[in-house]
Amino acid sequence: MTPELLNLSMLELSTKLARRETSSVEVTGACLGRIEQVDSKVRAFLRVDAKGALAAAEASDARRKQNAALGPLDGIPVALKDMFLTEGVETTAASKILAGFIPPYDATAVQLLKGAGLPIIGKTNQDEYAMGSSTESSAFFPTHNPWDLSRTPGGSSGGSAAAVACREVFGALGTDTGGSIRQPAAMTSTVGLKPTYGRVSRYGVIAYASSLDQVSPIARTVRDAAALLQTIAVHDPKDSTSSPARAPDYLAEIEGGVAGMKLGVPREYFTEGIDPEIEGAVRRAASELEKLGAKVVEVSLPHTRYALATYYLIAPAEASSNLARYDGVRYGLRAQGARGLREMYSQTRAAGFGPEVKRRIMLGTYALSAGYYDAYYLKAQKMRTLIRQDFLEAFKNVDAVLSPTSPVTAFKLGEKLDDPLAMYLVDVFTLPCNLAGLPGMSIPCGFSAAGLPIGLQILGRHFDEARLLRIARAFEREHDFDRRAPPV
Amino acid sequence: MSASDYESVIGLEVHAQLLTRSKIFCGCSTQFGAPPNHNTCPVCLGLPGVLPVLNKRVVEFAIRAGLALGCSIRKTSVWSRKNYFYPDLPKGYQITQYDLPICEGGTLTIDVDGRVREIRIRRIHMEEDAGKSVHDPSGGESLVDLNRAGVPLLEIVSEPDLRSSEEAAEYLKTLRDVLVYLGINDGNMEEGSFRCDANVSVRRKGARELGQRTELKNMNSFRFVRQAIDYEITRQIALVESGGKVVQETRLWDTQRNVSRPMRSKEDAHDYRYFPEPDLPALHVTDALIEEVRKSLPELPKAKAQRFQSQYGLAAYDVKILCADPLLADFFEATARGYGDYKKISNWFQGELLRLLNEEGGTISTLKFAPSQLAALLTSVDKGEISASAGKDVLGEMFRTGKDPAAIIAAKGLGQVSDAAVIENAVDEVIAKNPGEVEKYRAGKKQVFGFFVGQVMKAMKGKGNPGLINELLKKKLG
Repeated sequence: MTPELLNLSMLELSTKLARRETSSVEVTGACLGRIEQVDSKVRAFLRVDAKGALAAAEASDARRKQNAALGPLDGIPVALKDMFLTEGVETTAASKILAGFIPPYDATAVQLLKGAGLPIIGKTNQDEYAMGSSTESSAFFPTHNPWDLSRTPGGSSGGSAAAVACREVFGALGTDTGGSIRQPAAMTSTVGLKPTYGRVSRYGVIAYASSLDQVSPIARTVRDAAALLQTIAVHDPKDSTSSPARAPDYLAEIEGGVAGMKLGVPREYFTEGIDPEIEGAVRRAASELEKLGAKVVEVSLPHTRYALATYYLIAPAEASSNLARYDGVRYGLRAQGARGLREMYSQTRAAGFGPEVKRRIMLGTYALSAGYYDAYYLKAQKMRTLIRQDFLEAFKNVDAVLSPTSPVTAFKLGEKLDDPLAMYLVDVFTLPCNLAGLPGMSIPCGFSAAGLPIGLQILGRHFDEARLLRIARAFEREHDFDRRAPPV
Repeated sequence: MSASDYESVIGLEVHAQLLTRSKIFCGCSTQFGAPPNHNTCPVCLGLPGVLPVLNKRVVEFAIRAGLALGCSIRKTSVWSRKNYFYPDLPKGYQITQYDLPICEGGTLTIDVDGRVREIRIRRIHMEEDAGKSVHDPSGGESLVDLNRAGVPLLEIVSEPDLRSSEEAAEYLKTLRDVLVYLGINDGNMEEGSFRCDANVSVRRKGARELGQRTELKNMNSFRFVRQAIDYEITRQIALVESGGKVVQETRLWDTQRNVSRPMRSKEDAHDYRYFPEPDLPALHVTDALIEEVRKSLPELPKAKAQRFQSQYGLAAYDVKILCADPLLADFFEATARGYGDYKKISNWFQGELLRLLNEEGGTISTLKFAPSQLAALLTSVDKGEISASAGKDVLGEMFRTGKDPAAIIAAKGLGQVSDAAVIENAVDEVIAKNPGEVEKYRAGKKQVFGFFVGQVMKAMKGKGNPGLINELLKKKLG
C-alpha cells in the first residue's frame, strides 16, 4: 500500500508542509520506505542517499518551523538522473568508466534545488551517458517500467521517470538530448518538460551532446513540472550558452486555458510505423483541445524525415569529443597492467565503455574525420538549420505543435537491444525539437488496450514554455491521468 | 650543383603566452612556478560537466597584437575543438580557433644588417595551452602538471616569406619586442612563454613551387632556432643533392647533440577532427572595442626607435639598446626630462646601469631609485661636485639602497674639492717636496707632469678637481 502522502503532487504537498500537516522528515521517510518496498522490482535508483536526504529534510523542517522556508518546494524530496554531478555523492552516468567517481562540486541545477530546500533522495538509473532509449544500456542494470515490469520505462532518463511514476519520489530531473525526458515520460504516464536550449544551465551535467543536451524536469502533474522548472530556470554565468533572459512566472497563467490558441498537427508525424492506438489517442487529444477553444490545423515540417540521420551525425560527433576526457589519467577507471600510454588508453576505454557508447564514439569520430567532415558533419549542420527553419515557419501560423511523443508504447526489455536502428527510431518524433533548440513536453493522453501509457507531445516557440504548460494544463484538467498510479 | 644553388623557405608559428592574470576559460591564476597542480579547478582539470567561460582580456590582447601587426580583425570568429589524446590535455581536446581566427593578414618589418624586408603574417588566433608532462627517465613513470593547462596563448603564423635562419631569428626578435611592448607577453623563451615551431623547405633558386617541408620543434632560444634551421637546410640540400627526397615529418631539435631527429612522420600525423566548439557561442567583436584597443596601443618599437634618433640625437646603435626594453626606454626618457646631455645618459645607461642590473640582478621595474635622482647625480658630476669615478660609486649605492645622491656624497665625503686656495696649498707642498722632478720638468721633460698630478691627487685623497689641479700645476711649474 502506498501511503496517501506519496500520491500527492508536489504543490499539494507544499500546502500541507506549509500548514505543518506533515513534515519533510515524514515525507522523505515515506519515499525511502517506498523505495525499500518497490525498488528491488523497478530498479529506478543507482544510489539512494538516505542520510543526506534526511539531513536535508530535518533542515527543511527547522526552516518551516521558523517560517523561513526557502520556497514552495522546500522539503519536497526529488531524485536526480546520474548525469548530474553531486558533491560528495558518487556520480557515474551509469558507466563503469566513472564507477567510484565522487564529484568535488554540485551542478548548478543541483545547487539551485538544494538552495530551494529540496532533499535529494538519490541518483537514478539511465542509459550509459544518456545514450539509449530504454535505460538498458546502463552498465549496472536495466530499469523496469512500473506499469509492466517486463517492459522498459523508455530512456535515457528511465530511472527518473520510473521513480516518479511509482511514487518513490515526487519529481526528478533528467536530461533530454533527443527525447530522453519526453519519451520515458510518455512510457510511464508522467509529465516531462524539455526546456528551450539555454533555459537551464548545463554546468555540472555530464555532457553527451553539448549543442542538444538540456536539463529537464519530470513530475506527475503539469503544475509540478512548472514549479520544478521555475526553480532551475536561472541564468548561469558558468554556462556560456545559458540564456540571460529572466524566466517568467510559469504558474501565473497556467490555468488560462487554450481558447483562441492555434495548434498545429504536423502531417509528417503521422507516418508508417506509428502504432494506430497512439495515433488515435493523439488525434483524440487534439480534438479535445479544439473543444476547449483552440483551433487545430494541419502544418507541414517537410524536413522531418532527415531529423534522425541529422541527429545521429551531430550527437555522436559531439559525444566522441566530450567523452575523450574519460582516459584513465585523472579520475574514474584506469586499466591496470597496461604497457605504455596507448595501451592504457585503449584498455581503459575498452573496459570502461559499453557497446552503445563505443558505437556512438565510432560514429562520431568517423563523421568528423578528415575527408568525411563535409559529407557528414557539415551536411548535418546544414540540415539542422533547415529543420529549425521548418519550425520557425510553422510557428508563424500556429502557437504550438501537437504530435505523438513516441511511435510505440513501452516495449519489452531486450526487445530492441540487438537492433540499434529500431531503438533509434523510437526517438523519431522527439529529436527534431532538440535539433531546433525548442521547448517540448510530453503529457499523458491515454492508455493502450494493453494498459500501457501513451504520451502527447507539445512543441513550442523558443522560450515559450509558459504557453506549453498552459496547453498541457488545459488538457490535464479534463482527465485524471495524474491520479492513476501504476500497479506495482 | 652546390648549396648556393638552393633557396630555403621558412615559415614560423609562434605561441605566445598572454600576460592575463587568470586563465582563458576559468578563474585560475596564470602565475608561473606554483607547486604542481596548484593553479587548477574543475574547469581546467577537465572534470565531467564543466564548461568554458571566455576571459575577455584575452580577446583584447589578441586585438592588440592584431592591430600592432596590421591585421584585419574578424568581427565574428569561431572557437573550435582540436581533438587528440595526451595526458596533459585534460579534456582530450584543445579549445582553439580554426577556420575563422580573430586576426588575419598582417605584416612585420625586419631588418637584417640593413636589409629591410616585410614578412607577411597569415593569421593570429587564440587558444588554451596544455599542461606539462614530466617523464621520469629511470622509473618509467610520467607525471602531469596542469598549472599551465588553460593559460591563454596567441598563435601567430607567418607566411613562408623567410629565406634564412638569420631572417627567422630576426623575425622572432622583432615579433617578441612587439609583443613585449604591447604588454601582452613576457618574451621568455627559456620558460616557454614565447615558443616557436619552424616549417622549413628548400628549392632550386628561381623555382616557383615550394619543396616538401618539415616541421621543427623544441627550439627554446634564438641560437637554437638558427642552429636547427641551418642544420635542416643543410640536411635537406644534401638529401636532394644525393638523389633523395625530403619527407613530410616533424623533427625535434636535440640541444645536446646539435642535431634534429624525426618525432613523427606524416603517417602518424594526427587527424585532429576539428569542429566548432558547441560550449562557446561565436565571438562577436564590436567596432567600439577595436577602437578602444587601438587608442590604448602603446608606441611600438620601430616608431620609438625612430623618435629616439630624431628627438635625442642618438646613434642607431644606442637606440637599439635603449629601446630593447620599453621600461628601459621609459626610464631614459624620464631621466632626460631632468638632464639635457642625452648622449651622456645613454653612456651611463649602457656602461653603468645595465652593468649593475647584469651583475647584481634586478630589472628596470624593480629599481630602487627614480630617474630624477639619476639626473641629479649626472648634474653633480657636471658641476664638478664629484668626480665621474666617484659618481659611479654613488650610482652603485643608489642602486642598492635607493638613497638620494646628495645624501650619499655627503655621507661618504665624496664631494670634490674645487677651492683654489686648498688646491694651491697641495700643489705648493708637492713642488716643495720634489725639487729633482721640478728640475727635470723645467729642463723640458714634460712627461713628469703626470707625476705631479698624481701626487697632488694622492695628497687630496682623490677629491681634488682635476681641471683646477692641472691649471695650477702648469702655472706654478712655469
